[in-house]
Amino acid sequence: MRIFRSLLIPVLALLAALLTGAIVMLIFGDNPLKAYQGLFAGAFGDGRAWATTIRKMTPLILTGLSVAYAFKAGLLNIGASGQFIFGTVCSVAVGISMEGMPMLIHLPLAIGAGIVGGMFWGAIPGLLKVYTGAHEVIVTIMLNYVASLFAGWTVYAGGTQGQTPGPLWDPTAGAISETPDVLASAQIPWMFGPPYRVHWGVVLALLVAVLFWWLIYKSIFGFELRTVGQNIKAARYAGIAVNRTIILAMTIAGGLAGLAGAIETLGLNHKFAPEFSGAVGFDGITVALLGQTHPLGVVLAAFMFGALDGGASRMQFESGVAADIIQVIQALVLAFVAAPMIIRSIFRARWLSEAEGQATLTTGWGGN
Amino acid sequence: MEGWKGASVNQLVWKRTQLISIVVIALLLLMAILVNTTALRQQTWLRVLFGISALNFMLRASVPLILGALSGILCERSGIINIGIEGMMLAGAFGAFFFKVQTNSWPLLASLMVGVLAALLVGGLMGFLHALFSIRYRMDQIISGTVIIVLATGITSYLFDRDAVAQGKFGEIRIPLLADIPVIGNVLFNNPPITYLALILVVVLHVAIFYTRWGLRTRAVGEHPSAADTVGINVNRFRYLNTTLGGMLAGLAGGFLVLEAVGQFQEGMTAGRGFIALAAMIFGNWNPFGALAAALLFGYTQALQNELLLAGVTTIPRQFVSMLPYVVTIVAVAGFVGRVRPPAAEGKVYETEAH
Amino acid sequence: MLDETSTPLLFYSSPKLEERILNDQPVLQVNSITKRFPGVVANEDVSLALYPGEILALLGENGAGKSTLMNVIYGLYQPSEGEIFVKGQPVSMNSPRDAIALGIGMVHQHFQLVPVMTVAENIMLGSESVKNGLLDTRAVARRITELSERYNLAVDPYAVIEDLPVGVRQRVEIVKALYRNVDILILDEPTAVLTPQEIDGLFEVMNLLKSQGHSIIFITHKLKEVLRVADRIAVLRDGKLVGQTTPHDSTEAELAAMMVGREVILTVDKTAAHPGAAVLEIDGVAARDDLGQPALRGVSLAVHAGEIVGVAGVQGNGQTELVEVLTGLRHADGGHIRINGQELTNASPRQITDAGQMSHVPEDRHAYGMVASYDVAHNMVLNSYYRPPFARAGVINEPAIHQYATQLVAEFDVRTPSVDALAGSLSGGNQQKMVVAREFSRPLKLLVVAQPTRGIDVGSIEFIHNQIVSKRDEGVAVLVVSSELDEIMALSDRIAVMYKGEIIDIVPRSQATREGLGLLMAGVKD
Repeated sequence: MRIFRSLLIPVLALLAALLTGAIVMLIFGDNPLKAYQGLFAGAFGDGRAWATTIRKMTPLILTGLSVAYAFKAGLLNIGASGQFIFGTVCSVAVGISMEGMPMLIHLPLAIGAGIVGGMFWGAIPGLLKVYTGAHEVIVTIMLNYVASLFAGWTVYAGGTQGQTPGPLWDPTAGAISETPDVLASAQIPWMFGPPYRVHWGVVLALLVAVLFWWLIYKSIFGFELRTVGQNIKAARYAGIAVNRTIILAMTIAGGLAGLAGAIETLGLNHKFAPEFSGAVGFDGITVALLGQTHPLGVVLAAFMFGALDGGASRMQFESGVAADIIQVIQALVLAFVAAPMIIRSIFRARWLSEAEGQATLTTGWGGN
Repeated sequence: MEGWKGASVNQLVWKRTQLISIVVIALLLLMAILVNTTALRQQTWLRVLFGISALNFMLRASVPLILGALSGILCERSGIINIGIEGMMLAGAFGAFFFKVQTNSWPLLASLMVGVLAALLVGGLMGFLHALFSIRYRMDQIISGTVIIVLATGITSYLFDRDAVAQGKFGEIRIPLLADIPVIGNVLFNNPPITYLALILVVVLHVAIFYTRWGLRTRAVGEHPSAADTVGINVNRFRYLNTTLGGMLAGLAGGFLVLEAVGQFQEGMTAGRGFIALAAMIFGNWNPFGALAAALLFGYTQALQNELLLAGVTTIPRQFVSMLPYVVTIVAVAGFVGRVRPPAAEGKVYETEAH
Repeated sequence: MLDETSTPLLFYSSPKLEERILNDQPVLQVNSITKRFPGVVANEDVSLALYPGEILALLGENGAGKSTLMNVIYGLYQPSEGEIFVKGQPVSMNSPRDAIALGIGMVHQHFQLVPVMTVAENIMLGSESVKNGLLDTRAVARRITELSERYNLAVDPYAVIEDLPVGVRQRVEIVKALYRNVDILILDEPTAVLTPQEIDGLFEVMNLLKSQGHSIIFITHKLKEVLRVADRIAVLRDGKLVGQTTPHDSTEAELAAMMVGREVILTVDKTAAHPGAAVLEIDGVAARDDLGQPALRGVSLAVHAGEIVGVAGVQGNGQTELVEVLTGLRHADGGHIRINGQELTNASPRQITDAGQMSHVPEDRHAYGMVASYDVAHNMVLNSYYRPPFARAGVINEPAIHQYATQLVAEFDVRTPSVDALAGSLSGGNQQKMVVAREFSRPLKLLVVAQPTRGIDVGSIEFIHNQIVSKRDEGVAVLVVSSELDEIMALSDRIAVMYKGEIIDIVPRSQATREGLGLLMAGVKD
């Protein structure tokens, strides 16, 4: 019963979002039926569609967990995309160097570099929040821009005014700004090779979700984290090291997003170029909220978003509806999930209690 | 909280900050006049830092930040945190572009005015939506703001026709006599209309917030809503009104980008300006003039970035130069947030006691 | 001579009152008011009348429905059933604006003043004077000066509220009501925050207002005050009006019994203290408040094993900060704190609870004492979750927590459906008993208790008071901070009075009088 109820709001939210999306399409002269048909076919139509969905889902699980983790401590990590990019750059840096290393060492090192990079980028807003009171939302957003500029520099092909190329730039690429391919010893092996292209990263992501669950709900550390998120004053009163918990929460959240970046590059892209954005980091917010910040929910939400993202290009191809409508639908899902009261009024579901599933954060700019 | 403690340290720090910013602005002005009227102009570095073009760029870069910060002040003074300025700005920019394109065949001025109205309307709509989420549906205000951003990003890319072109944009209006003042006249009195409007709005909002009935009630609603409620003021109506007005200002900032600065729409063209505006609001202690000063500072970092790249005086990779505005924002927020005092009731749902 | 009936009779023994009731028309009359909230009936069939130029005391304990009834009269709540008449006319009020227009004003228990705005701004809020589109602050200030002279309520129109002491803020609230030309004034627990001398001043103002024709409803749970100032008394219990009387016709004990529904022991039973060695030694402690202002200016105090030291003072004179510094929640800028001879200045809360064997019942139980969204079980281990048997090797042991909580709930009579119920769903008294259960069930040397009975029912108050005394008798050193002078007088063996961040004097209980303490609370020392 409890599981049924907690699944109810996300499912209704998705339904409402698809309906609203259809209305938007109708208003602007698109055919929603054809669009959704294409979307479904692109997500689940055949083996390759499933593979795409799983591929898209993998980083979303981790960025979703990243946001969910910070959320448990009452923090909103809008910086998952910056942490993702920073993790990517770090893992690529390790992945393209150290030739001749056995995979058993090289791959974990490269993944570890991604985690550490993300942790570093996540620790900054945590430290600033604790020691200066700077709100993590503004800091993480600014750091997203800085991270993407920094990453852009690392692969910069050099300028006309004598600027030196970035350290990770691939000289054989000529004027194109990108890194060389990650060495084979640092690539995550395929679980199902081409044409499916599903790598073992998805299993890793699921394992991390299980670890997340244990940590949050079974360990002392999780109890402290949740107490800080629920009532920071009571946490301080109870003798919990609140500052340490906040810094650690942001650091670990950053590590999760960094891991997402590492897995995405080492498993799939095998290199980094500035146009690889950290959009999955931003989607992590929606995934985390849709999954009610519970690891199982996050995995399910990531699957759903993976399907939406995976089916989008086929939808555009088959129905001519711009793939961007998916982003609109995802935003609507977020809106409906964050305000279950809207769902209540749409579905006239008076039996949904008012506060159910309502997300709350520490508010205000004062850092408390 | 007690009388025996005297004026609060916060206020003293704030007074000092005000003093420092006045001194800095005066020094900047002095340097600008010196550099632009004497042979110092020949020094590349001085020109980069204080040249007319740097100052002009500063003001231009500041306008969306000023409007965005004023938008934030309107919302937050009434107790609604508005993290969605970025989204409202983007939506406003798109609205302006969309209607500008539709009316390309009209006389330029009329078409531009339609664009401005559309920016106001779309921004206001987004503001109203934010209020609706936060008040009627009791959504966490930070999340509601995030929703606004994601929604605006999605809808604008979905609807954006990449082949559409807007023809023409606002030109400078030279104010006679005043524009002839050396340096200052060139920077301040030879600007396009939305720039003037933004500067005028700073004054208007200052007076409105501190010296009118609406302002008094707005402040009361944001600081202590039940105090307002118990004297018969409808708290949530004020919040709806102010958040919608705030959305309109953010929309106008977007309109500025399309109709006055760039002339076209690009996906994600706000590029974090909404957030920098938010930082300017905090930095400016929720006061219009404070926000103006902060916005000018942030605008100056953007101008500096621009001038440095143009002048080619540095071999620092351009990516690092481009980080400047973002890093300065972080430093400003980190250095000041503990010392400013946001409206006390911010971010909290007000449940009126009436049943 | 008490009418213990659910439907009150308008019958009084005092001939003068009876005459008035026959002749005068009430300025305000409520008939059979019922107010229901989801799951609760806050007022049931209450009928009451207020006559011109009288002070009607509305007596009842916390949760009896006094504030709900007044909020109905002030237009903040709409009654579920019943009618309201003002000056003979039936009225329906949808907001305080309507009540104000009908001449009803209210001074709320929690002041409704915006701290960062000036007195004039607060007073005009909602009834602003506007000239040329701008606020006419000078006209408002003139009017305020007029009113404050006429009613002997000195306030400076240009002062900022947060710089004013509590007593002055209350005057501002009264002027704010008078500014709106009200003739019916509701005062909700106005004496809770005042010193005895300030209370005298307030009563003078109330009598002055009465003599000028205003009618006052005075809400309180303090019996002595009722007997001193009221013309008539109405008693509410569990949302119902249980009787009306006059000060002539009743005694404190009768009123107490009527208010609670049973005989009440008005004093705490305790024997003489046998103080042992000093457990808590505070030496010259200084600290600042949240805004960076000095809040403690060299506080020194010792609490010995087996004694209760009460800290009295008008709210906001550093008591909150003192408790926070002692318990590790606030940084001390100077001075020393020793517990059991161990230096624990600026130690973390956990170090202090562990090393000092200290327990802390916080002033604000919602903010500090509990996590409302956790169940009772986890609140019971809020500060011991990491210790065996509740956790082993970093893993939480749910069955052990459950079992421990179940035991405490029974022992401390916490009324909850089960230990799985959310703490936020319990009544105030039971939440406080939950906090007390957690804090009192540890090996203890020192107990710091702040505002232990704020906002809870008489039954829970008695229970908690007895628990505190029994801890003392076990040899625990107890520090009680309370703004209720009666509570301090009832519990303490020695009384320390705080004023402007200092301990102005320490008086043995045997030598303490209300008047003497009141003078100290106002900063007057011989």
